Amino acid sequence: MKILHHGNGNILSIIFKKLKRPDGFVMQLENIFKFNGGVHPDENKTVSTRLPIAKLPIPKKLILPLRQHVGHVAKLKVKPGDQVLKGQIIAEADGNISAAIHAPTSGKVVKISEEILPHPSGLPDFCITIEPDFKDTWVEKKPISWKTLDRNKLIEAISQSGIVGLGGAVFPTHMKLKINQSQLINTLVINAAECEPFITCDDMLMRERADEIIQGSLIAQTILGAKECVVGIENNKTEAYEALKKAAQKTSIEIKVVPTLYPSGDAKRLIYLLMGTEVPKEKRSVDLGIQVFNVATVAAIYRYLEFGEPSISRIITITGAVKVPQNYEALFGTPLSELIIAAGGSPNKTKKFIMGGPMMGFDLPSIHVPVTKAMNCVIESSPELFPAPKPVMPCIRCARCADACPVNLQPQELYWFSKSSQLEKARDYNLFDCIECGCCTYVCPSNIPLVQFYRYAKSEIIAQDKSKEAANTARERNDFRLARIEREKKERAERNAQKALGAQEKQAIDEKKSTIAAAMERVKQTQQENIKN
Amino acid sequence: MENRSPYVVNAPSISIIMLKVLLALIPGIALYVYVFGIGVIINILLASVTVILTECAILAIRKLPIKPFILDGSGLVTAWLLALSIPSIAPWWIIVLGTILCIIFGKHLYGGLGYNLFNPAMVGYAILLISFPSIMTHWQIPSNLMIGHTDWLDQIKVIFNSNLLSKETLDAMSSATPLDYIKTQLTLNQPLATIQQDKIFGFVGGRGLELINLGYLAGGLYMLKEKIISWHLPVAFLSTLFVSALLFNIISPDTFASPLFHIISGGSILCAFFIITDPVSAPTTPKGKIYFGMGIALLVLIIRLFGGYPEGIAFAVLFLNICVPLIDSLTQPRIFGHK
Ligand code: SF4
Ligand code: SF4
Repeated sequence: MKILHHGNGNILSIIFKKLKRPDGFVMQLENIFKFNGGVHPDENKTVSTRLPIAKLPIPKKLILPLRQHVGHVAKLKVKPGDQVLKGQIIAEADGNISAAIHAPTSGKVVKISEEILPHPSGLPDFCITIEPDFKDTWVEKKPISWKTLDRNKLIEAISQSGIVGLGGAVFPTHMKLKINQSQLINTLVINAAECEPFITCDDMLMRERADEIIQGSLIAQTILGAKECVVGIENNKTEAYEALKKAAQKTSIEIKVVPTLYPSGDAKRLIYLLMGTEVPKEKRSVDLGIQVFNVATVAAIYRYLEFGEPSISRIITITGAVKVPQNYEALFGTPLSELIIAAGGSPNKTKKFIMGGPMMGFDLPSIHVPVTKAMNCVIESSPELFPAPKPVMPCIRCARCADACPVNLQPQELYWFSKSSQLEKARDYNLFDCIECGCCTYVCPSNIPLVQFYRYAKSEIIAQDKSKEAANTARERNDFRLARIEREKKERAERNAQKALGAQEKQAIDEKKSTIAAAMERVKQTQQENIKN
Repeated sequence: MENRSPYVVNAPSISIIMLKVLLALIPGIALYVYVFGIGVIINILLASVTVILTECAILAIRKLPIKPFILDGSGLVTAWLLALSIPSIAPWWIIVLGTILCIIFGKHLYGGLGYNLFNPAMVGYAILLISFPSIMTHWQIPSNLMIGHTDWLDQIKVIFNSNLLSKETLDAMSSATPLDYIKTQLTLNQPLATIQQDKIFGFVGGRGLELINLGYLAGGLYMLKEKIISWHLPVAFLSTLFVSALLFNIISPDTFASPLFHIISGGSILCAFFIITDPVSAPTTPKGKIYFGMGIALLVLIIRLFGGYPEGIAFAVLFLNICVPLIDSLTQPRIFGHK
């Protein structure tokens, strides 16, 4: 592991040390390793942090997609008509890279059908629909004495919890704890940066449930056997910082403040900010002995082990143009429309909602999509908040995009290559290093939707590679077939030749025989004639 | 259903950027008028009108929307820079012709905004310099040095029809540029100190030019503050020019002017902040910008000291423009996570 800068703090950390907040509270930024680029959009976070987290009532129906995580689709364990209890597994993990789905409340399974999901593709997928009985009866909860159980048992237990990365990555959590024995984890990084504008679900969770987060971090640290645990939090979350600091008092967990700069919440960027370590392109952070968990994920681990509560709900921010922006604890499967009603309804006629933050989020296909494990924030769009894109002008090569790119790419070159379909060139210029953070588009004076070009170029290249692969297999298959035909032809020809040869020989023999016979005949005749004579 | 994120953007439009460039030119222009009179304003006006008419015509022919491309302001920036580069008492058709050539050959022949390989203003300037060398090297004498009575009206007359003025008045108004003067006098074996005794020299550079260049410098600093340009280009250019001129000056103070003279006398400051910073025709990588600025500075000095032309900026810029794709591809920054 190569540390690029040593911990004497660079210019930025010195500047930020002097930065006092209006209330006189100073969040010390020390030993921060600033990455290049990044942007600072309007935060828009205060609107949704005025009210505490509220519990969203149980809705009339819950729609639970079987795929809410990275990896294999969960295996169905119920059928229509089944009664289920709160916390009961209704679909189990299919193999290691998968996560179970639990019933968020008690009720009846009414159907299993394809429903529209909150996904950029807008495609439907299989979901279990439950009609709650509003009794909210738990299955027998089985808290786990995590203080005494051994590591493998804990991982085994957590693999039943349905917990996935709640920061939005939705990777099954037990897999992240079950690290290859050969790779020791030195540092556990807890991602509390929450750098996207508008989103405050982690912020509120930290303010209200800092203890759960710290306990969960300690559990994760123990399971991973990590020597140290660092929480990285942006310096715009004063209250959350204080809450965490307090909760972590008697522990060795370090709370480190990073500057409010998008995309500092990106795992590789956060690791660099905190430790000055660049995770190489083709590697994952675990290869360097660093594991990253989101605050909400570790809190979920704690709740599962301590109270036996599986992953059935999450904190979600509803904000933007809604009347009362707020954070809710919502059961998975709750239709988004319920959340909107809770937030005072939507005054806009447009009814456009964005899932995620304004930098990387996407338009939701419908207001009836369910809340899923990946849904951290829903923003009601309005022309005032998010004006329509301005007309695109030609690129003037001003390099603002390059200055803003946290990966040090040259977005203007990538744009040129993607636009002119020089996809190989785009790949050479490291298109696949682009994290699609949108910083380049954010600063482009020509209003060029750069990221959309990269998304397109990436999918084109992947499609081409696939079709190339398919073409290769097809060609190989065809070559093989041709070779076989060729071989068979040859064999046949050989056989024919053989046969032909045989016939010739026979003929020859026959001829010989007949010659002999004829000769014999002649001899006989001569003899006879001789005798006669 | 779309994924059009980011939904928020925060960038000045091209028009705003160009407007700020024009704004940054104003202190220099004001001082220009103060020292040399109204000629430069007339040239700027002529250039502005010409550029708008020409671009409208070309955009119409190319079937492109006229409004956004006229309003982007890039044409005006080119026109103003050309107007500031030519002698302020050149006949009116010089700037008109130059502007038309800039826009056609420097810009639209390559595809218009964003596509030009060469700096458009310098394309126009170079064509004019090659085609009309004597007009292009007739520099105006600062108003306060003019012998006899000349006023703004005379300047207007000389721009629109030099026949309206007597030969004496004309001679009183113009002379060789300071750089040109040094060059021709050096060939007559005059020591530099004697040459610089001439009335057209002020206390560090050409008389009057010192002041105007300070105006450009102020505008340049404003653009740096507004993040319209990055520091790499001006710093690389000016420091290289200074250091290399200093070396020559140390070797032979009698034949090579002081580094400060090189920076203040010709168009160096304008070049450093306004010309080589044209984003379209300059490199985009930080390192590339540094090499580009250094390359232009060296070439400018070589042309000034040893070349056939008194001022080398246009040729140096155009030559380095050719190298930009190469410079860019050789100076790609290290990608995050690539070792
Ligand atoms: S910011 Fe926009 S105009 Fe500027 S170089 Fe990048 S893509 Fe081109
Ligand atoms: S979207 Fe890609 S190219 Fe643009 S700034 Fe982010 S990483 Fe760089």
